[in-house]
Amino acid sequence: MSDWLQIMIGRISLDYLPSDPATIGAAIGMPLMVLGVVGALTYFKKWKWLWESWLTNLDAKKIGTMYIIVAILMLVRGGADAIMLRMQTAVAVGDAKGPFDADMFQQVVTAHGTLMIFFVAMGLVFGIINWVLPLMIGARDMAFPLLNSISFWLFAAGMVLNNFSLVFGGFSNGGWLGYPPLTELQYNPGPGVDYWIWSLQIAGVGSLMSGINFFVTIIKNRAPGMTFWKMPVFSWSVFVMSVLIMLAFPILTVTLTLLGLDRTMGMHFFTSDAGGNPMLYINLIWAWGHPEVYILVLPAFGIFSEVVATYSKKILFGYRTMVYALLAIMFLSFVVWQHHFFTMGAGANVNAFFGIMTMVIAIPTGVKIFNWLFTMYRGRIDFKAPMVWFLAFVFTFTIGGVTGVLMAVPALDFQVHNTMFLVAHFHNVIIGGVVFGLFAGITHWFPKIFGFKLYDKFGRWAATLWQIGFILAFIPLYILGLMGAVRRLDSYDDPSWQPFFIVSGIGVLVIATGVAAFLLQVGYSIWKRKELIDTTGDPWDGRTLEWSVPSPAPHYNFAVIPEVTERDEWWHRKQTGNTAYARKEYVDIWLPRNSAVGIYVAIAAGFMGFGIIWHIWWLVAIALLGLVVVVIKQTVNDDSEYQVTANELFHEDQKRSVV
Amino acid sequence: MKRGLRVIIPITVAGVLIAVFAWLVHGKQIDVIHTAGIVADEQRQLLFFALLLSACVVVPVFTLLILFSVKYRAGNKNSSYDPNFSENAVLEGLWWGIPIAIIGILGMLTYQTSHSLDPYKKLEGGKELSIQVIGLQWKWLFIYPEYNVATLNYMAAPVDRPVHLSLTAQAPMSALWIPALGSQIYAMNGMDSQLNLKGTKIGEYTGYNTNINGEGYAKMTFTAKIMSRNDFSNWQTKASSSKNMMDMATFDVLAKPESMRDERDYVLVDKDLYDKVMQRNMPHGHTSTEHQE
Repeated sequence: MSDWLQIMIGRISLDYLPSDPATIGAAIGMPLMVLGVVGALTYFKKWKWLWESWLTNLDAKKIGTMYIIVAILMLVRGGADAIMLRMQTAVAVGDAKGPFDADMFQQVVTAHGTLMIFFVAMGLVFGIINWVLPLMIGARDMAFPLLNSISFWLFAAGMVLNNFSLVFGGFSNGGWLGYPPLTELQYNPGPGVDYWIWSLQIAGVGSLMSGINFFVTIIKNRAPGMTFWKMPVFSWSVFVMSVLIMLAFPILTVTLTLLGLDRTMGMHFFTSDAGGNPMLYINLIWAWGHPEVYILVLPAFGIFSEVVATYSKKILFGYRTMVYALLAIMFLSFVVWQHHFFTMGAGANVNAFFGIMTMVIAIPTGVKIFNWLFTMYRGRIDFKAPMVWFLAFVFTFTIGGVTGVLMAVPALDFQVHNTMFLVAHFHNVIIGGVVFGLFAGITHWFPKIFGFKLYDKFGRWAATLWQIGFILAFIPLYILGLMGAVRRLDSYDDPSWQPFFIVSGIGVLVIATGVAAFLLQVGYSIWKRKELIDTTGDPWDGRTLEWSVPSPAPHYNFAVIPEVTERDEWWHRKQTGNTAYARKEYVDIWLPRNSAVGIYVAIAAGFMGFGIIWHIWWLVAIALLGLVVVVIKQTVNDDSEYQVTANELFHEDQKRSVV
Repeated sequence: MKRGLRVIIPITVAGVLIAVFAWLVHGKQIDVIHTAGIVADEQRQLLFFALLLSACVVVPVFTLLILFSVKYRAGNKNSSYDPNFSENAVLEGLWWGIPIAIIGILGMLTYQTSHSLDPYKKLEGGKELSIQVIGLQWKWLFIYPEYNVATLNYMAAPVDRPVHLSLTAQAPMSALWIPALGSQIYAMNGMDSQLNLKGTKIGEYTGYNTNINGEGYAKMTFTAKIMSRNDFSNWQTKASSSKNMMDMATFDVLAKPESMRDERDYVLVDKDLYDKVMQRNMPHGHTSTEHQE
C-alpha cells in the first residue's frame, strides 16, 4: 500500500504544508488572488478575448507586455520579501527575536534574489526587447514568433513553479546561487533546493531560446539598408546581449542539471565527498553568472542611449565608441568570473589577472557615461520622466561602479567580500543600472504599444522616490559592511548596527512608495487615456523607426517595410519631409497565426519540474511524452500563417494616419 | 518662486540625507577602518587610495551631469543648440585616456597588492603562531598544535606575533573573517586553505563567518583575542589545565549541526585531529588546494 502510494505521490506529505503565519498568509492569499482573477475573467466573459488577444498571440509586442506584467507582479512579491528581510534586521539584535526564524529568513533571502534577477530583471529586459526590437530595426516580428511565445511561457512556468514553493514545500535556503555542498542532499534533503533548480532551469531554457531568437532577428530581419553601422544602439546592445545569452546560458543549464543529478540520482559532481568538487560548481555558476550581469545591464545601456538622444533632441554622441564599448564588454565579461571568489584561495597571480580584467571593464563603461553626458551637451533637454530616471541612473550607477572597482582589487575584496558592502554594491549597479533603465524604457515606449502616454508627473515622482529610497536603503549597508556585517544576516549581536538597519528598512519602504507611484502612474494614465492619447505616433519627436508608425503600433508593425539610409532614419526623414508612403509601395504580407503550443510546452515543462521535485516519476514521463508530442505536432503544422493584402494594409494606414 | 524651490528642495533633501548618515556613523566602531592588525592597516590605506583615485572620474561625471542638466535644459533659451554635434576626437580621446590611466595605476597597484597582501603569504616579525581552524555547523574550533590545546569560538594570539591559520571545514562552505585584523578566506571540506594575520593592538575583535552554511550561520561568530605576551602565557596555562579533552570522539559530538556560542578550552589529545578531519572529507587521493605561485 505505502509503496504504491509512494509511486503515486512521490515524497509529497502533509509535513510540507506551511506552518508559520507569514507563509500561511501567502499560501492562502496567492491562490485566492488567482481564483479572484479566474472568477473575474469568467464573470466578465473575457476568456476568449484573453486567449486570442493575449495568451496565444504571437505578436512580439503582446508577448512583451505579458513579460512586463509578470515581472511587475514579481517585483511586488520580491519587494515584499525585501520588506520582510529589513523588518527582521531592524529588530533581531542580541537576544531579541525577529518575526522569522533563521531558516525562514534564509528562504526569503534566496527567494528575493532569485525572483529579482530571474523573474523581474530578466522579465523586464525581455519585455522591453519584445516591445521595441522588431520595430526599431524595421521588422514585422521576431525571426521565430512561435519560439518567442514558447520562451515567454517557459519563463511563466518557471515563475509559477517558483511561487508554488511558497504554497507547498518551501524554497531553497542556499542563497540565490545555491552553492553546494549546502545545497546538496547531505545538508538539504527537502524539496526547497529542487524548486530552486527546476524553476530556474525551465525559465533558463526559455531565456536561451530568446537569446537565439533576438540574435537571428537582428541578423536576418533588419530593414533593407540598415547595415550594422546604421543600427540604433539599443539594437546593438540587444545583439551583444544575445551573444552573451547564447554563450552563458548553456553553462547555467549544465550546472543546474549536474546539481539536479546529484540530488535526484545520487551522483557526486559537487558533493564534498566521494570525489565531488563544490569549487567546480562555483566556477561554473559564475562563468554564467558574471555574463548574466551584463545580459541585464547592456539593454539598459541601450535604452539610455535612445532616451538621452531623444529627450536632448540631439544625435547620440560617439555612436561608434558606444558600439566598440559594448563589444569590449562582451568579450571582457567572460574573463572576470573568478572575482566572485578571490577568497577561495587561488594564487596571487590568478587573483591579480581577474582583478585587473574586472577593472578594465570600467573603462568602456566610463566611456559610455561620458558619451551620454556629451549627448546632453548643447542639447535641448526635456526633463520628462525617462530623463529623470537617467539622472538617477548616472548618480547611482557611478557610485556602484566605483565600489565595484574597489571590490575588483583582490586585496580589498578580502575585507568586503560577502558582506553588506557587497550587497550594497550589486544593488547599486542592478537597481541603478537595470531597474532605472527599464523604467525609463517602459515610460518611453509605452505610447507606442498602448496608444497613450504615461502621465509624466507620477513618473518623475516614482524616479525621485526610488532614488531617495535607494540612498537610504543602501548607503547604510556600505557602512555596515565595513563594520563587519556579513550578508544574509538574520540576527546580529552588536546593538550599534541597529540604527543602520532601521534607516535601511525605512529606505526600503520609500522604494516601495516609488513602486506604488509607478503603479499609480500606470493606473491613472489608463483612467485618463483619452487625454493622454498619442495621435501622432511620435510623441517625443523620436529618432528611430518605431516612431514612424502610428501608436499603438499595428500588429504587423510596418505596413511598408522602410528603406533605411541614415542612422537616425526617422529623424532624418522628418528633416527632409519624407514621412509617408505611396499606394504602390504596399504589398501583400504573411503573418503568423495564433498558437497555443507555447502554453502546452510550458504546462508539460512545469509538470515535469514538479514531478522531479516531488519524485513522482510517472508524471515526469507523461510530461516529457506530452512535450515531445506537442513539438512533433507543431513541426508538421504547415498552416501557421495568414495573409494580409496590400489593400487592407493601405486602408488601415489611411484610417490611422494623422490628418 | 517655483524656480527657487527647484534649487532649494534638492539641496535640502541632500542635506538631510548627509545629516542622517553623519549621525549614523558618528562615534561608531568601524572595524575595517579602525584596524588592529598589520594586514587590515594596509588594506585600509589601499581602500582610501583607491577611493581617491576613483574621485578623479566621479567628480567630473557629477559636475558635468549637473552643469549640463542646468545649462542645456529646454527652458534655457540662451544656451547654444547643436543637434548634430556627435563626434570629437579630442574629447573621446580624453575619456578613453583618463580611465585607462586611472585603471593603469590601479592595475599596477592590484598586481602588487595581490602579492603583498596575499592571504597565503607569511608575515614577518619572528616565529609565527600556527593555528588550525575547523569550521563546523555552527561554531569555530581553533587548534594550537604548538601548545596542545584547542579553543571553541575564540582565538587567542599574542600581540605583534604573526599568526598562520590553516583552515578546513566539516560543514558547508564557510569563511573566516576578522575585519579588524584583515582578510577573509573560505574554509571548505577536504581542503586546506591558508590565512596569515598579525594583531598589532591588544584587544578583543569579533570574527565572522561570511558564507551562508545553514540555520546557525548568523550566530557563527567568534572572538579574536589579541593579548599581551604575559596574558598569552597565562592563557596557555589556563587552557592546558582544562578538563575537556579534544579527540575524535569529542569532535564528532561537537560537529553535530547545532548552534553553540559559548567559549571553551580543550586539551588536545589527538594531535592529528586537523589532518584527520580534512582527510576524511577528501575524496580518494585528491590533493588539497595547493598554493600556486
